[in-house]
Amino acid sequence: MNRVVITGAGTINPLGADVATTMEAMREGRCGIGPLDIPDVDRLAIQIGGQVKNYDETAHFNRQQIALYDRFTQFTLLAARQAIGQSGLSFSGELADRSGVIFGTSGGGLNTQDENYRAVYAEGKNRVHPFIVPKLMNNAAASHVSMEWKLRGPSFTVATACASSNHAMGQAFNMVRCGMAKVMVTGGSEAMLCFGGIKAWEGLRVMSKDACRPFSATRNGMVQGEGAGVYVFEDYEHAKARGADILCEVAGFAMTSDASDIVMPSKQGAARTIAGAINDAGLNKEDVGYINAHGTGTAANDKTECAAVADVFGHHADKLMISSTKSMHGHLIGGTGAVELLACIMALRDGIIAPTIGYEEPDPECALDVVPNVARDAAVSVALSNAFAFGGMNAVLALRKH
Amino acid sequence: MSIKDQVIAIIADQAMLEPSDIKMDNTLEDIGIDSLGLVESIFAIEESFDITVPFNANNPTESEFDISSVAAIVAAVEKLKAAQAS
Repeated sequence: MNRVVITGAGTINPLGADVATTMEAMREGRCGIGPLDIPDVDRLAIQIGGQVKNYDETAHFNRQQIALYDRFTQFTLLAARQAIGQSGLSFSGELADRSGVIFGTSGGGLNTQDENYRAVYAEGKNRVHPFIVPKLMNNAAASHVSMEWKLRGPSFTVATACASSNHAMGQAFNMVRCGMAKVMVTGGSEAMLCFGGIKAWEGLRVMSKDACRPFSATRNGMVQGEGAGVYVFEDYEHAKARGADILCEVAGFAMTSDASDIVMPSKQGAARTIAGAINDAGLNKEDVGYINAHGTGTAANDKTECAAVADVFGHHADKLMISSTKSMHGHLIGGTGAVELLACIMALRDGIIAPTIGYEEPDPECALDVVPNVARDAAVSVALSNAFAFGGMNAVLALRKH
Repeated sequence: MSIKDQVIAIIADQAMLEPSDIKMDNTLEDIGIDSLGLVESIFAIEESFDITVPFNANNPTESEFDISSVAAIVAAVEKLKAAQAS
C-alpha cells in the first residue's frame, strides 16, 4: 500500500478566490454569507447565501469556453489551476496515463438547467443553445480538467449530495494508495445559488433566513454556499522523489450508509464512519486533535453529530476541538467537504483551528469544544473531515501532519 | 443587412474572423469551424432568421441543408426564408 500526500490545493469560495485568502478569512472568523444577488430573489423566502462575489467569468474564460462551462465547471477549472500549479506537476507519457480526476458535485450544471428551463417554459422559447447537455452534465467539470491538463487515467464524478466531495476524495485516495494511479486531481464543486436551486431547498424548511450558527442553541438552519476546492493527491514516494512541498498526508478514509432514512441523520452511521476512518488510518482515537464537522446548523445534524463524536471518542471527546466552517462559507453541498478540507490543512500545517462563528449560546446537546467565534492556536497531528449526506451516505477522511 | 451579409457575420463571429476575411467559396473547414462550431452556427442562423434548419449532426453532408461552402449555406438560408414567406 502506498502512502498518499497532498501536494497542491486550490479554491474559489465565498471567503476568497484562492487558498491564502480563504485561510486568512478562516483565521479571522470572517463571514462570507450575505444577501443573495440573483434574478427573482424577491420571490424567495430565503434571501441569503454564501455567494462568490465580484466574479467575472470573462476575466478567466473566452466566449467559446463560456458556452461550454457552467459556473460549477468554471469554479473547478480555476481551483484546479491553482492546485496543479502549486504541485508543480506536468502530465505527459506514463504519468498522464496513470493520473486522473474525481470530483464531487450534487447539482452539476444547475444554473444551466435553471436558465434554459426558464427560457423554454417561462419565456416560451422553442430552441436552446446546442451545448446545454455538455454544459449541464455532472461530469463536465471532471472532463474539462482532464482535457486542460491531459490527465488520461481514471476519471469520473461522484454525486452523493452533501458528501459528494468527501466520497470523491476518498476514491482518489484509495486509487493512489492501491497503486491504480500515481496522481489524482480531486475535490468538488457546487453552484446552485439560482432561483430553482434555492426554491427547492426552501421546500424542505431547513434553511435559515438570517445566519448559519452550527452547534449554538440559537441555530435555525443551514445556509447554502457555492464554490470549489481542488487538491492534488500524490503517491508519497513520487512526491518525495521530485522534492515536492507536501501539505499533509491523507491517512485514512471510511464510508458507510445509514440504510435508514432519506433525510434524517443517524448517530450510529456517523459514529461507524468516524471510527472507520481512524481505524483505516491505523491511528488511535486519542491521536485526533481536530474534527472539521459536517455542522450544517440544522437541529438534526448538529446534535446527532455531537452524539456520534461523544460515542466514538469517550473521554477524549472533551479534549478534541470540533468546528464548522459552514458558519463562514455556507453549505457548499457537493463541494463542501473539498472547501472544508482547507481548515484541516490549516490545523495540521499552521497550527490554527478555524472557528465556528455565529455561536451565541451553548446547547447541552452539543456540549463539545466547538472553537466558538475565534480561531485558536493549537498543535494538531491528526484531523478528521466529516460529511454526512441526505440519503444516509457518510464519508470521513483522516489527515495526518507531515 | 442582406441574408448573405448576415450569414457571413454569423460565420465570421464563430470563426473569430472579420467578415471581410470570409470568401464565398470557403468551406467551414477552411476557416477553422469544427463540428461543435458548426452546430453553434446553425443555432445562431435559426435564432437570427427565425427559421428551422433541417440539419442532422449525425450526418452533416447528407442533410437537406447544404453546408459545403459559405455560398451554399447562404443559398440554403435564402431558400428557407423564401419558403417561409410563401
